Amino acid sequence: MTANIEVNGAPRALEVDPGETLLDALRAAGFKGVKRGCENGTCGSCVVLLDGVPHFSCLLLAAALDGRKVTTIEGLGTPDAPHPIMRAFAEEAGVQCGYCTPGMVLSAKALLDAGPRPTEAEVREAFDGHLCRCTGYVKQVQAVLRAAAELGNTGTGTGSGTGERTGGAR
Amino acid sequence: MSRGGETKVVGHSERKVDALALASGQPLFTDDVDVPGLLHAKVLWSPHAHARIVRIDASKARALPGVACVLTHEDVPRILKTTAGQGWPEPSPYDTPMLPDKVRYVGDRVAAVAAETREIAEQAVRLIEVEYEVLPALFDLRAADAPGAPVIHDEPDAKAIIPVPYWPERNVAAHVDMRIGDIDAAFDASDVVVDREVETQYGQHCPIEPHVTICRIDEYGRLHIRTSTQVPFHVRRIVAQACEVPVRRIRVVKPRIGGGFGAKQEVLEDLVAMLCLRTGRPVKLEYTRSEEFVSSRTRHPAVSRVKVGFGRDGTMKALYLRARTNTGAYGSHALTVVCNCGAKTLPLYHCENVGFDGDSVYTNLPVAGAYRGYGGTQAAFALEVAMDEAARALGKDPVDLRRALHIREGEGSPVFRALGEGQEGVEQKIGSCGLARCLDLGAEAIGWKDRESRRGSGRFRRGFGMCALMQGSSIPEIDMGSASMKMNDDGSFNLLVGATDLGTGSDTILAQIAAEAVGTTLDRMIVYSSDTDLTPFDVGAYASSTTYLSGEAVRKTALLVRGQVVEVAARMMRVEPADVDLPGDGTARAGGKSVTFEDVARHALYARDQFQIGAIGSAISHASPPPFSAHFAEVEVDTATGKVRVVKYVAAVDCGTAINPKLAEGQIEGAVANGIGYAMTEEMVFNDRGLCLNASFRHYRIPGTLDMPEMVTILVPTYEPTGPYGAKSVSEICINGPLPVLSNAIFDAVGVRLARAPFTAERVWRALSGKGFGT
Repeated sequence: MTANIEVNGAPRALEVDPGETLLDALRAAGFKGVKRGCENGTCGSCVVLLDGVPHFSCLLLAAALDGRKVTTIEGLGTPDAPHPIMRAFAEEAGVQCGYCTPGMVLSAKALLDAGPRPTEAEVREAFDGHLCRCTGYVKQVQAVLRAAAELGNTGTGTGSGTGERTGGAR
Repeated sequence: MSRGGETKVVGHSERKVDALALASGQPLFTDDVDVPGLLHAKVLWSPHAHARIVRIDASKARALPGVACVLTHEDVPRILKTTAGQGWPEPSPYDTPMLPDKVRYVGDRVAAVAAETREIAEQAVRLIEVEYEVLPALFDLRAADAPGAPVIHDEPDAKAIIPVPYWPERNVAAHVDMRIGDIDAAFDASDVVVDREVETQYGQHCPIEPHVTICRIDEYGRLHIRTSTQVPFHVRRIVAQACEVPVRRIRVVKPRIGGGFGAKQEVLEDLVAMLCLRTGRPVKLEYTRSEEFVSSRTRHPAVSRVKVGFGRDGTMKALYLRARTNTGAYGSHALTVVCNCGAKTLPLYHCENVGFDGDSVYTNLPVAGAYRGYGGTQAAFALEVAMDEAARALGKDPVDLRRALHIREGEGSPVFRALGEGQEGVEQKIGSCGLARCLDLGAEAIGWKDRESRRGSGRFRRGFGMCALMQGSSIPEIDMGSASMKMNDDGSFNLLVGATDLGTGSDTILAQIAAEAVGTTLDRMIVYSSDTDLTPFDVGAYASSTTYLSGEAVRKTALLVRGQVVEVAARMMRVEPADVDLPGDGTARAGGKSVTFEDVARHALYARDQFQIGAIGSAISHASPPPFSAHFAEVEVDTATGKVRVVKYVAAVDCGTAINPKLAEGQIEGAVANGIGYAMTEEMVFNDRGLCLNASFRHYRIPGTLDMPEMVTILVPTYEPTGPYGAKSVSEICINGPLPVLSNAIFDAVGVRLARAPFTAERVWRALSGKGFGT
């Protein structure tokens, strides 16, 4: 069957089985930045934004998402034109093996879209649901705070810093 | 601190060379390629802890449409090997066939299927009919060698291939013992003796990327293995052995991998390689999370006992360690892990009478293997808890006791010589030791001096704990690393290393060393690693060896290349090579003249007497200089529930020169986080039939962002004279801290000793009951 999903701004007619997860459908369509780590919504490496909100793509059926908008890491930037959050992860040494990184970057994006100057506690809350085994999370948290400062400085975002909590993938 | 003079690239927190590609989700990992015609492999795992396969019938599975191949023990040669990815000849016993006719744990291999889809492969696995003769199983490591215990490796052909103790008839996979001085007399002469036993549990590495391998036959008929491994060259050798294919017909490529921590030092690629060879088609085997827990590898659980005797003045008279580790169903890393229980702990303190007995025993539980810390984790728990108890008995501050006793620069230890990894050790003198400073700075950061005033007296009690640690850097006289390097038209360099970056950042660190040594900037260094066809040999990423040993190979190689650059530059500028200066910016200068590396490369490649500027170099290690560390923690214990909150954790680390300080901090923070998880929550739980009950992240809790305390990481630079630019290692040591530190802190808070990890609320609550805290 066909699932008409907008992926990174472009409409896609994904041919999927009825039981196929969004994770599998996206990877089959070439979005390899969506990672498989546990397949039961516990590690966060498969997180994508569904209509702007972080979701575990391993827990979603692609066929049920007709008409929805999905953002994967590929939609945020490239090595040559990185998103400020990606660049901050790189500069702050928030990337070790990098397997959990795309999901965390996407959750950070959702957080910063809602309010660009989160506290450290809010960043940690936003990363609840993401597991990283290489780091102690110190540098990813620093990276988000740095990206928030940079994005805030350039005037994007809504600027309140007390926005509704969006953290924690679902 | 830097005795080599000022460095321009080394010692700087350069951005990881692959960071932006990883952060933007580029297809860099094993499974990120689409392979046409790919078959999916699934394994039938044993449901029994110990059973003989009486009959196995795969005919229904083979008849299922879409099934390309089914392998049982009847279909593959019986070649016993070890899955431990170690140098040859391996110190681990040859006790593991590709597919066994007797299963030895719940999760052992029974059969394998390759099919057109994952679903068909799963269905085919369910169609394989197996008749088992169930045997009595052994789960208790303490009872493994008791008379009448089931013999797990009763097959006559299991053997050790080097002359080391191996007694499978008693379920003893490895044994080591050592005596220095006269410990019995020294204990008799001691004024204070502490005797402490601790126990550590089954734990899993939990790389977020599970094991995954894609094998294919390439255009020249060779077996191409793309795999998430820490040891590509050992994979090539061991797959050749297991599949009876010459090494020259195998190419192993490690792309980016999603963490390893020792789990991927295990060579499990033989089965998928055989499926590929039999079908002639590409085959992928990707572990699920539950398979990763049960059927990859774990840490060796251990019972460790330290007995230590002191004079009234605080001198250490005698030190004895007894370690019994559980290697599970197969003896992977059995000997070397138990050896390291002693080797990575006992040299830490001055003592003339030292004894060590170690056994590694088989049980019918999952297979233990290499895991960051590698014996040091288990034994440091016992030693550093015993040191804490000794300090209390002696009426000394635990920091002062360690400060007075620890090994120092210029000193040796008889343990270094007596105890190696599976063989005698190598004598060495400590070339660098910043432990005293680690103790000072760590104590200051945690507020050690005024801790008494912060305890509290109500339901919530605060406590403070600390420990001192050492590890090593490479396996001396065994490990080897190498590198090759060539110069390109534009003055850039290809750096090819066999070393394996598993997320640690070693590609970056090695490139920094190369850039520093050759005299250019990091952006002109193109690193390619871990491809057995293209990169020179390296034993792989283990034993804290990459920065120290592979780094030295890179430095030597880059210096050879530098010499050639200088020669050509001298010729171009018509000066003597001795007069050429390379200031480190990709230029060569002499007097008022200057040429760029691009000029040099073009001259060498196109002008006259052309040649390729390039070199290959190797390094072996004659020492294993220990990094040192002091850890401190503050905890809060809820005396009503037993819940322990780690409030703050401080790790001060002497890793020699930190080639890249931020990446070194990342290693420390990651190791501490992993260690806190192992100390506080992580435990694989088994039922009475050996089935793991919590093989998922939902039920086996590794730390998330909200579980982590405030972390303070302090780098204490020293200069290790045998290491590249003064570097030692940093990756493993800090995972050993949380067990003793948190046990000591809980004791400090509430006066109960947690000697069995993890220190869950239930264990703490049980220990507190009857101690007069509330109800």
